[in-house]
Amino acid sequence: MILVVQWGGKALSQATAELLGGARQLAGDGAVAVVVLGPDAREAAAEAGAYGARAYAAGGDLEAYGGEAYVATLAAACESLKPQVVLMPADPRGREVAPRLAARLGGAAVTDVIEARRDGDRIVWSRPVFGGKAIADVVLRRSPQVATVRPGSFPAAERAGSSSVEVEALTVTGTDRPLRRVEVRPAAEGGVRLEEARIVVSGGRGLGGPEAFKDLEELARLLGGAVGASLAAVDEGWAPPERQVGQTGKIIAPDLYIAIGISGASQHLAGIAGAKTVVAINKDPEAPIFEVARLGVPMEYQKVLPHLIEEVRKLKAS
Amino acid sequence: MGWNVVVLLKPILDPELPARKFRVAADGRRPERGDAPVVINPFDQNALELALQLKDKGAAATVTAISAGGAEATDGLRKALALKADRAVRVELDGLDLPDAATTARVLAAAVRKVGDVDLVLAGRQAGDWDQGQVGYLLAEELGWPCAALVQQMEPAGDGLRLVREAPAGREVLEARPPLVVTVTNDDSNVLRLPKVRDVMMANRKPIDQWTVADLGLDAAALADEAASEVLALRIPERKTECEMIEGDDPAAVAATLVRRLRELKVL
Repeated sequence: MILVVQWGGKALSQATAELLGGARQLAGDGAVAVVVLGPDAREAAAEAGAYGARAYAAGGDLEAYGGEAYVATLAAACESLKPQVVLMPADPRGREVAPRLAARLGGAAVTDVIEARRDGDRIVWSRPVFGGKAIADVVLRRSPQVATVRPGSFPAAERAGSSSVEVEALTVTGTDRPLRRVEVRPAAEGGVRLEEARIVVSGGRGLGGPEAFKDLEELARLLGGAVGASLAAVDEGWAPPERQVGQTGKIIAPDLYIAIGISGASQHLAGIAGAKTVVAINKDPEAPIFEVARLGVPMEYQKVLPHLIEEVRKLKAS
Repeated sequence: MGWNVVVLLKPILDPELPARKFRVAADGRRPERGDAPVVINPFDQNALELALQLKDKGAAATVTAISAGGAEATDGLRKALALKADRAVRVELDGLDLPDAATTARVLAAAVRKVGDVDLVLAGRQAGDWDQGQVGYLLAEELGWPCAALVQQMEPAGDGLRLVREAPAGREVLEARPPLVVTVTNDDSNVLRLPKVRDVMMANRKPIDQWTVADLGLDAAALADEAASEVLALRIPERKTECEMIEGDDPAAVAATLVRRLRELKVL
């Protein structure tokens, strides 16, 4: 059995649909199940039937205990379900939980997977390493194999009709560990979340100052996307750390990534390796960002950005 | 009074090495070192800074820096000593140089036990070479301690700690009591300080403890056999895209062409 994990939410997420697609590929004739953890778990899990998966739900506020409650609850679930493979999103929660879950079950973990294939009776997992400069093909020698998977790595499974499924409840455990959340400070941001945005407009040191981010926000708003920033722009204090895209920031896979005034340091490129189309606007035509871009504008951004905003505004109005 | 803090420093190939200079070694499974510099993993530098801040605040009695690796690990440990870490330990890996996180965590957990009376272990959230991000979490499991992930700031509070950490939608404040493993992520408040020249010179005279895997009561050959993962191959990804440059003297025309091409590519 392959078990797919989703953290919270009221409906099955795009990430889960992709993990289900991957699970189907890897499972062959084997069973696929979904476990949703969080307050609305039952509601979300009920959709799993439409994807031909069994469903399990563990309700309650697991978030308040860091990763501890997630690890303990999933470990208990795996003890009874005995999956050979567990797939979860390569987000901060997944990266924390996967190794610990694997350790508790006597298994092994692999993180940030972008490809997986069956090779006889083993699975070869591929993951970017050295900031995306290389890809490593990895096999795990223990079972269960717990993998975190980057967004966009597998085609999403198709929904087949609307059949819902009997959801089995899992008990939440492990909330007595001495680690407790006492305060949540939401990021001061509106609009679309960076990780979920299909379009991201990102700025770097080439912007020359914080003011230009207002124009980036306007462009992102018109496109229904989110604003990102390079490490350099964050280091300069022009954008908050939660906006940072890169190996040391958020790893994203939007359909369209517009990099403005970003040279393309390898740690930044590692964060956008999954982007489907990259557009680069940079006055230096030799900047490494053009090596990964589909479309490039070798021009000072100040000249072209107002016209770009105007063109997009016209497009949206038409 | 105060906690005994261990901070883990991994020596890695400089992550700023440009992609075009990156080469795979003849065995096809690891990078070629070449003349690239070795640095302390950037997230581990953030962890070291948090440990030193606890010492500044009187909450840490001792800070011990542990680094596993060959002679190249020494430079980072000297730097930690120059920044007033109390003790530096280098663990010789006896040939265990492929990146199995489970094995690394077992060796480092044994080293933490050998240091003795440790209250807090700080580790970078991931190392900028193999980017696995597993060792801190696996170490917590090895030690049977709770773990706080992606911490950016820490303050002593009563007999415990208040931690500020990165959370899905912003930041969270956690309360925790030692013993504890903390994985650290970067923040503008935990950038590693610079050592004074005089302290750098003094650090060159301080001892660095050298332990082998055998000194930790472990057998390197047996550990290699029990590795949880294996790298089959390391390959350089092909560049998939050929960039189409949109040039011209008229920015308005360039912008119009860009939007038209994005529509033709069905991106907009």
